[in-house]
Amino acid sequence: MVQLQEVSLDELKHLVSDRALQGETMLLNMGPQHPSTHGVLRLMLELDGETIINCVPDIGFLHTGIEKNMEAKRYEQAEVMTDRLDYLNTVGNNLVYCLAIEKLVDLDVPPRAQVIRVILAELQRIASHLIWLGTQSLDLAAMSMFLYCFREREMVLDILELVSGQRMMTTYIRPGGLWRDVPAEFYDAVRQFLDHFPARIEQYHGLLTKNPLFVDRTKGIGVISAEDAIAWGLTGPTLRGSGVAYDNRKVRPYSGYEEYDFEVPTESAGDVFSRYIVRMEEYYQSLSIIKQGLEKLKELEGAPVRSNNRKFVPPPRSELGTSMEALIHHFKLWTEGFNAPAEYVYVPVASPRGELGVYLEGDGGNKPYRVHWRTPSFIHLQALPILSKGLLVADLVAIIGSIDIVLGDSDR
Amino acid sequence: MNDKLNKAIQSIKKNFGVEEHFFSDEYSLIIAPKDLVAICSTLRDDFKFNMLSSLTAVDYWPQGDPRFHVVYQLYSIDDNITLRLRVPVPDDAPTIPTIEGLYPNANWHERELWDMFGIKAEGHSDLRRILMPYEWEGHPLRKDYPLGYEEVQFTFNADKIDEKKPYVKE
Repeated sequence: MVQLQEVSLDELKHLVSDRALQGETMLLNMGPQHPSTHGVLRLMLELDGETIINCVPDIGFLHTGIEKNMEAKRYEQAEVMTDRLDYLNTVGNNLVYCLAIEKLVDLDVPPRAQVIRVILAELQRIASHLIWLGTQSLDLAAMSMFLYCFREREMVLDILELVSGQRMMTTYIRPGGLWRDVPAEFYDAVRQFLDHFPARIEQYHGLLTKNPLFVDRTKGIGVISAEDAIAWGLTGPTLRGSGVAYDNRKVRPYSGYEEYDFEVPTESAGDVFSRYIVRMEEYYQSLSIIKQGLEKLKELEGAPVRSNNRKFVPPPRSELGTSMEALIHHFKLWTEGFNAPAEYVYVPVASPRGELGVYLEGDGGNKPYRVHWRTPSFIHLQALPILSKGLLVADLVAIIGSIDIVLGDSDR
Repeated sequence: MNDKLNKAIQSIKKNFGVEEHFFSDEYSLIIAPKDLVAICSTLRDDFKFNMLSSLTAVDYWPQGDPRFHVVYQLYSIDDNITLRLRVPVPDDAPTIPTIEGLYPNANWHERELWDMFGIKAEGHSDLRRILMPYEWEGHPLRKDYPLGYEEVQFTFNADKIDEKKPYVKE
């Protein structure tokens, strides 16, 4: 039998106000199985009528121990688990993990691979923002938006399937480059998406941006000032909605982002509506980056997509029959992997949600000694009590949508 | 090195006993736990390190002495510079002072530190487990906490699994 321990009231008393102990306010449990909590998030709410006095998030329902598990796998094996963290930003997770490995072992990435990485990361950003838009508007009772957004997201997932064979868990980006080059159909598929999508964004704008039902529930709700947002560690569109133009693609460029021409949209009000406008604007920026990426890809036709450093990247299959050295490298890499120095690096990138960072430490062996994921959802959730204090339960639902959390990302 | 970062590092080096570490354009300062709050507040107030990017720990069991290193990643949005602080913490009843008062988002990070490594943040306002269930025993990210290749642990079979565990028994 599972034995439940009893927790004394004193241990948890500090989470609620004194009025709760008098019975003047109500304690309400929201989640973990609640459609508006975007996964398995449990919120303990202290309510006065419908006004939120205190909101205590309880996370860990989706804790998978991935950080621990990665310590037991070789560098290249552990990458498969990174997809499962933030399951709406799988390409981005692969990317940041590979960037960390490349920094640790000082491995080069050929330009063509970098361009393809950027294109896929931006496609993934659009797909992730589509889920955000769908669920955010679903929470605010715009049911049809949910269906439209998933329809468009399917186009992106088809492209990911085309290049990697997987719709979501791609593991397509590898240390030193990519798994293999993109197929010939890739260009047309991306171009078709580029042609198709701008008109759809216009439709979304038409449905929501001036819709009084939507505006009333988002303007002036969940306001956070720029100083507070920085102090609480908020990043990404949530911080840009408060007027801080902080984006890792601009301030600490990676994968050649410095060569692309794009803007970092910001809004000043810091409420749910500003965050909505920022993300809507990011669709256009991502589309522009993808368009520039396709141009670059045309010039790099036929160039290699993985590094030629055979100590870290396996040789092409075709060489195995003719080259003894290639065979040895292949055997070494698939049986014992590669070693990384006993050093540590921290690599941050801009995930659709905010700053996604990997702290990677090696011990000279072929397994990571410690991997820590600085995940934006974990940090954004922490600010939820600040954002929701004094508002209504219905507003809380809009705020959860606007900080765009993924519980797999926050619980790791 | 960036001028502003250099200034910050020199100022810390002058006032506190620190060790420097450099690898691949990243600077780390290895500092004593007692200096942590003072160094963080200097960095935040005088050198605009206004964001705590990440807070975690590394366990060097069994050979490491001191056993843990707590890692703080500080970032300055205004100057776009980043600095890492590493705080060695010994094995017996590991504690660090809390920096919750300086960086409010350290709250959950320090709860995670307690949950995963058993490192206590002294003066923390709400030190409960965060990811694991509240009745959980042990701290999973410690290196002597066993991993995998075994049945899932529940309360009813905990003793049976513990017998099979490869780590040193007390």
